[in-house]
Amino acid sequence: MKNNQKVLLSATSELNTTGWVMLKDKVGRSWYRFHRNAISIVGASMVILVILLAIFAPYVTPYPHHAGPFTDLPNAFQPPSKSHWFGTDEIGRDLFTRVIFGYRISLILAVIVLVISVPIGVVLGLTAGYFGGRIEAIIMRATDVFLALPPLVMALAICAAFTPTIEKAMLAIASIWWTWHCRLVHGITRSIKTEEFVQASRVIGNSHFRIMFKDILPNCISAIIVKITLDAGFVILVGAGLSFLGLGAQPPKSDLGTMISYGAQYLPMKWWTTVFPSMAILFLILGFNLLGDGLRDMLDVESEGI
Amino acid sequence: MGDKHILEIQDLHVYFRVYEGISYVIDGVSLYVGKGERVGLVGETGCGKTVTVKAVMGILKIPPATISSGEVYVDGRDILTMSPKELLQIKGTEISMIFQDPMSALNPVFTIGEQFYDVIRFSQQRFNDRENISRYRIRKKMITALEEVMLPDPVRIANSYPLELSGGMRQRVLIAMALVNNPKLLIADEPGTALDVTIQAQILDLMSKLVENKGISVLLITHNLGVIRETTERVYIMYGGQVVETAPTNILFDNPKHPYTQGLLSSVPRLTGSEFAEGIPGTIPDYIKAPSGCRFHPRCNYAMPICAQKKPPLTMIESGHYVACHFYAKPGGQDE
Amino acid sequence: MNNTLLSVENLVKYFPVRGGFLRRQIGKVRAVDGISFNVEESEICGLVGESGSGKSTVGKTLVRIYKPTGGAIWFKGRDVTKLTKENLGFFKKEVQMVFQDPKSSLNPRRSIKSTLEDPLIIHRIAQNRSERERIIGNLLQMVELSPTYMDKYPSALSGGQRQRVAIARALAVHPSFIVLDEPTSALDVSVQAKIIHLLRELQKEFHLSYLFISHDLSLMRTIAKRTAVMYLGRIYEIAPTQELFANPLHPYTRTLISSVPIVFKEEQQVKPMNQSRVGEIPSPVNPPSGCAFHPRCSLADEICTQKLPELVEVMPGHFVRCHHVSFNMPSVK
Repeated sequence: MKNNQKVLLSATSELNTTGWVMLKDKVGRSWYRFHRNAISIVGASMVILVILLAIFAPYVTPYPHHAGPFTDLPNAFQPPSKSHWFGTDEIGRDLFTRVIFGYRISLILAVIVLVISVPIGVVLGLTAGYFGGRIEAIIMRATDVFLALPPLVMALAICAAFTPTIEKAMLAIASIWWTWHCRLVHGITRSIKTEEFVQASRVIGNSHFRIMFKDILPNCISAIIVKITLDAGFVILVGAGLSFLGLGAQPPKSDLGTMISYGAQYLPMKWWTTVFPSMAILFLILGFNLLGDGLRDMLDVESEGI
Repeated sequence: MGDKHILEIQDLHVYFRVYEGISYVIDGVSLYVGKGERVGLVGETGCGKTVTVKAVMGILKIPPATISSGEVYVDGRDILTMSPKELLQIKGTEISMIFQDPMSALNPVFTIGEQFYDVIRFSQQRFNDRENISRYRIRKKMITALEEVMLPDPVRIANSYPLELSGGMRQRVLIAMALVNNPKLLIADEPGTALDVTIQAQILDLMSKLVENKGISVLLITHNLGVIRETTERVYIMYGGQVVETAPTNILFDNPKHPYTQGLLSSVPRLTGSEFAEGIPGTIPDYIKAPSGCRFHPRCNYAMPICAQKKPPLTMIESGHYVACHFYAKPGGQDE
Repeated sequence: MNNTLLSVENLVKYFPVRGGFLRRQIGKVRAVDGISFNVEESEICGLVGESGSGKSTVGKTLVRIYKPTGGAIWFKGRDVTKLTKENLGFFKKEVQMVFQDPKSSLNPRRSIKSTLEDPLIIHRIAQNRSERERIIGNLLQMVELSPTYMDKYPSALSGGQRQRVAIARALAVHPSFIVLDEPTSALDVSVQAKIIHLLRELQKEFHLSYLFISHDLSLMRTIAKRTAVMYLGRIYEIAPTQELFANPLHPYTRTLISSVPIVFKEEQQVKPMNQSRVGEIPSPVNPPSGCAFHPRCSLADEICTQKLPELVEVMPGHFVRCHHVSFNMPSVK
């Protein structure tokens, strides 16, 4: 026994064991997987760019005051020029500034919706998948009902029932969005539930609650993260759709969907009032999608290998 | 070289590019399988036997793997220099392979018959054997093959899905599929491991009989020493991506020379005797920072200074019995 | 030494087979169909069988992963099949399990420390974090791993190392009985030898009892004091291990031994000759009538298809379930 121990210990002394070094190793490995996929780098850059622009909007935009109530009618409908990169809208506000501020609203919308809906969905999914039986049936049938309806239609119905504001739009989307995460986590939980380490956990004496959150949840995290990233784009799209229909942000707030809606009437003559906000949404959603794909590759430990 | 052997691997080197650097997995493997011979390739997890065989079959994932040097001759032809098209002629027809787990080797959503059909049809197509391509003839061929592996009621089996069959039956189906095109060489990767021991005994009996009747050469890969003893004539022991010993089977078991082989044999629990198995201290080598010289030396009780410096050459102990170990190396001049 | 730690009486475990549109029960898998055996204190008892024999199910039912369909399990004098949730705490500290597949018995997303902390937290074995770390370090050393392993994740460990962690996890609560379900089947033979050696040392040091489940007969010989042979949910032979190998009586036991591929010449003599090697293992959903082995048995006749033989003690400590054997060897009174 002693001989074995000596050999083992000498072999392990060369391994990096301090916490900081291991963290660096983990980050390094993740980066190695991530950066091999050029597209995910592009996606990440796009998203990061938008986030930075949104955070520092007052500082990077040429006419920050145009974001709120402001009129300059003589300057209305200027085509793109050096002083107004995206041109001006129907009351003379700089479109570029409004687009950047519009990003703020879109991003906040995405964050609030996901912060509300993801925990609800995850907890319900874990519960349904782990306990099975009647609990599972109730939760999953409710999920099925919500999923059967297109999110935009649902959100529309909810919004239209009350006076529309951007906050109500966020709540409306959140109230149906949890279902996707519920279903995702439910599926993963069901497959993991039969794994031996869950059985081993039971044998050790872990309560159901501990098993759900300490054993099963960590195995769902990577899938949830990927889904959140891909969701972000879709949520923003739904939000823009609501605003487009007049049910989201109200003027004079600069919301991308509202801008498109107002500008649509002036196509194709004053094309910049619609095209630039649309491209802005496209840019952001595309970035999230590419980022999500890259994250999926990075977090999918199993696919690496010989 | 290469005319009398159905398979000959000469000094194969394979490395993999991974996060930590380059992993030199296969470090100069040479072996051969003669016509009609049954040869065993023994090694534990991580010794590189699967990588070697995948290189032969051409199914290594080329990045991250790279075959850096060496030749592989199948019936005299160097397959590493062949084009993919030429390779297609050989895979499945001249060399056939059986994988370890019969469940994962069969597609669960197709019946046995449908999968069999593909196997036969593609080989006929490759040889432009138009007349034998008819459904009727293929079916006949398939039923005959299933009968040969002693499956009761081949017609019912052909119409079944893999899930409906037991492990032993699935393995027989796989053997039938591998042999239906009359390959010259059969590579069997752990053919009994996923099966119960009584069923494994049946499968190995069957394989031995078939191989004898058809004159096929077999390369049997396993870590189960008992299986090797009972079914092969010659055996290679692999460790750390190298061949460390080779000999006719009986001779190897009665007179193992390499310290690793000795350790391995002493670890096997037996039906007789009262000594308890010891195991081999240490762990398998890190292929990125592989031990210098002989890759086994950190775990070897007989290690000498030269073992860390120079890779030991294959030394002949007696006819057909070679060891890669400095303990036995003749000073000045090595034999091959 | 003579204290019976665990006594299993006529244990039965059936699994429902569901099918049809409404997933009704259309049959049952008789995984365990009436098993009785005892394990003494500090004894290693072996349970050998092939797939479908139910040996894993016995193990999992003993540790309450499955609830028994029938029968009784007496542990230290208490019938644990009747325990309620509150009283189970004591049982979980006494009886633990080591699983077969080291790849799946450790949570890949939890560090070794996190996995080993669980039993310490649940059973309040340690007071605070540093105490827990100290204990975990000790546990790892007990299984011959460096304490630095506690910050690693299972993917960084080899199969043998992971299995050592699984053993450490079982030991954390200081159990008196450990069920080992094929603990070395997924490991190479040289690693297996080291793990078996470790298990033997631990058993001696902590006076543990083991139920060692395996399909590998030769392995059983090196570790178990008594061995029971299972086939399709029942025990067909049970005897002290030496005796079982020197004198295998049941045709199935003889078939099993003769199927083991031998490595050394001496072993050839031990193998029973002319054993039938034909036939598939029947499915536990539809077991053969009478004695379940009769379709594969060269001795089978009329009575074997009709009546299940009793487990009879034909020699001291050596029990066999076979009409022919017990007919030819009158039982020990």
